[in-house]
Amino acid sequence: MNLSQLKKGQKAIVKSVNGTKEMKQRLLSFGLTKGSEVELVDCSLTKSNIKIMVDTTLLALRREEAQNIEIEVI
Amino acid sequence: MNCNSCNDENIGKRKRRRGKNHCTFENLEPISNGLKPIKIALAGQPNVGKSMLINALSGKNEVKVGNFSGVTVEKLEVCFEHHCHLLDLIDLPGTYSIEGFTEEEKVAKEFLLNEDYDLILNVVDSTNLQRNLLLTLELLELNKKMVVALNMSDEAQKDGINIDDKLLSKLLGVEVVKVSAKSKQGIEELLDMLHKIADSKNRASSKITYSEPIEEELIKIEEFLNERNFKYKDLTNREVAIALLFEDEKLYKNLHENPIMIELYPLIVEAREHLYTHYDTKDIKEIKQAEHTAIARGLTKEVLKTKSKPKSLTLTQKIDSILMHKYFGIPIFLFFMWALFQLTFEFGAMPMEYIDRAISAFGDFVGSYIQNDNLRSLIVDGIISGVGAVLLFLPNIIILYLGIALLETTGYMSRVAFILDGFFHKFGLHGKSFIPLVTGFGCTVPAYMATRTLKSKKDRLITLFILGFMSCGARLPIYVLFTGAFFSEKIAGNILFLIYISGALLGLIMAKLLRVFVFKGEDEPFVMELPRYRLPSLKLLWHTIYSKTIGYLKKAGTFILAASMLIWFASNYPKDSQLEKSYLKKIEMAKSKDEALKLERELKAKELEHSYLGIIGKATEPFFKPIGFDWRLTVSLEAGLSAKEVVVSTLGVLYSVGEADENSDTLKEILRKNINLATALSFIVFVMIYLPCFAASSVFVKEAGGFKYLVYLFIFTTITAWSLSFITYNIVKLW
Repeated sequence: MNLSQLKKGQKAIVKSVNGTKEMKQRLLSFGLTKGSEVELVDCSLTKSNIKIMVDTTLLALRREEAQNIEIEVI
Repeated sequence: MNCNSCNDENIGKRKRRRGKNHCTFENLEPISNGLKPIKIALAGQPNVGKSMLINALSGKNEVKVGNFSGVTVEKLEVCFEHHCHLLDLIDLPGTYSIEGFTEEEKVAKEFLLNEDYDLILNVVDSTNLQRNLLLTLELLELNKKMVVALNMSDEAQKDGINIDDKLLSKLLGVEVVKVSAKSKQGIEELLDMLHKIADSKNRASSKITYSEPIEEELIKIEEFLNERNFKYKDLTNREVAIALLFEDEKLYKNLHENPIMIELYPLIVEAREHLYTHYDTKDIKEIKQAEHTAIARGLTKEVLKTKSKPKSLTLTQKIDSILMHKYFGIPIFLFFMWALFQLTFEFGAMPMEYIDRAISAFGDFVGSYIQNDNLRSLIVDGIISGVGAVLLFLPNIIILYLGIALLETTGYMSRVAFILDGFFHKFGLHGKSFIPLVTGFGCTVPAYMATRTLKSKKDRLITLFILGFMSCGARLPIYVLFTGAFFSEKIAGNILFLIYISGALLGLIMAKLLRVFVFKGEDEPFVMELPRYRLPSLKLLWHTIYSKTIGYLKKAGTFILAASMLIWFASNYPKDSQLEKSYLKKIEMAKSKDEALKLERELKAKELEHSYLGIIGKATEPFFKPIGFDWRLTVSLEAGLSAKEVVVSTLGVLYSVGEADENSDTLKEILRKNINLATALSFIVFVMIYLPCFAASSVFVKEAGGFKYLVYLFIFTTITAWSLSFITYNIVKLW
């Protein structure tokens, strides 16, 4: 299951982050990496963007990017 | 000494201002004797309050502060003295990681790795400790003197977050100071600490312990180095071992000719192999970062005590549930923008009448004291009408800048980027493009620079090309003048909003066209932080407005003044004495006063036509004729290429010269008499689209990466402007 499939308010643990090296690096610098806890806070009207919380940081992502993040719901 | 503001003259000024300062010139003497200022690099993630901290430390208010990523685009330098020693602060752009991702982050990386400085001041957001520590850990590996400032500690306290700074300092190995740039808590302590660390002979080493497998390898390498009595600069052998294991390029470059490397290589290769198997990846950087994440988590757990979820976070989410609402988000945003333009017009118009009358009266008053006709004309018709026409719009400009400053500092900007990304993406733009685009409503120059937050070159170029369509503050006077002249006061604000919105929409359409036909390619991923909402302090807002106002006045007093004089000269010379004589005779012989007046006006008009300006305008008039402009409008547009304010001042000069005998008329009234609605609208459209001013164009060349892009931009904007003006003109004329 990947991050884009998470429902609003659900929490999950990141299993792996795929994608380009740069993308991984970027997400990592926000604290999003294997083992981080994420919560889906909200998504935009067309569901093209999602808002998540990692630790105490609010992050905005596109759906395409979220699909690269494998998770496990807790 | 590279600090430009640290020259003797500035020091003198500061001292005179600070009466109670105990420093004397003698005390400061050593600087010129070769004692350098302490050079401090401020590094931190975006939104940690670096700029605000600089303000607090230096007591100056020069650095712009914003609550979204990318305010400090260029690195900024502030110089001031403290305890009789000069401190030179370099404000680096906020960077989430030292592995620069965007252009502006690379500025920070370049500086930290290659420039010469005395110590790093790592600014950390106390309310977001764990993520901020990731950068701190990277900075520690640079092996420089370092002080960590836990900023926003007052806010953290209110949030129920308690950080044990003593323990953190012990764990990291460097000094940690709690501060609040906002309430000025801990500022003196921080300054003292910076002094102490800068003066200390020894550099404190990082006390970070890595996980078992890494430590094992580090010890092996370190022991080998110790055996060989290896010494590299001021680094300990452990520090060398860390740098070697984690592939520090600079160190490898410096060591590769050292004979010891032959023996070191197999050791490092073996160590890496061990780690690769243990971490199940072949990327040493990834291993390092995973390690950092784990360490940051561990550190946070140890030093941070929270009661519950931070209050400010809960509040931010509550506000977000309204402002980022699925359905209401966009309408709310549009409402804010609409309100801003309404305010700009309504409030701005209030003092305008008075300013306008005052300037007219001032011109008459000054004029009555000057005997020489030419001099009077230069001062009254040239300088006072030109500069006055620009000054008139100061209230509008102030309101617009206040609005943009509010958008920037509260954190709302990034939300809008989120809301609009889905929509923008369809037009081939990135949600983040929104930030430079909104900045563009203020001034195109910083907006061009702000495109550096975009990573992909193509996204940047598209944004750069359409940025000019976001009408900048300097174009506002033109719009206010024309909408004020041709529309009733009730709807003028709406028309103004419409102008800005249609500029923005046009930008979107053009972006799509550029994306489809010119800059094809992959999309940049959209990942951005949504910072917590913060109320900007009044002081901060005041200073933003103040510095903008001063900037505007300065421009009016220098650039616009010079341009007005030039325009006046070009519109009065060369004098045709033959023509003047023949008309003067006719006027003398005139039977009635009315006839004399009519002849006088004819003379003025003829003279203007034969002036340099008239010649230029006439020469280019055929090109603008199909879109309804006479040579006066043509000339003002051409003059506007230097700065957009000049359009209004040129109109002021040109029309007041033409009607010198009716100087009680305001420019608005004169325009209404001389121009029809179709021409006015066509003119607005042209101004909305055509090439930005000279300053912006030169920044454009720099940001786009070549002069050829400016040529493209010129062709692109001119064709678009002309075609749309042509359409507007003809439709309105028919109607």
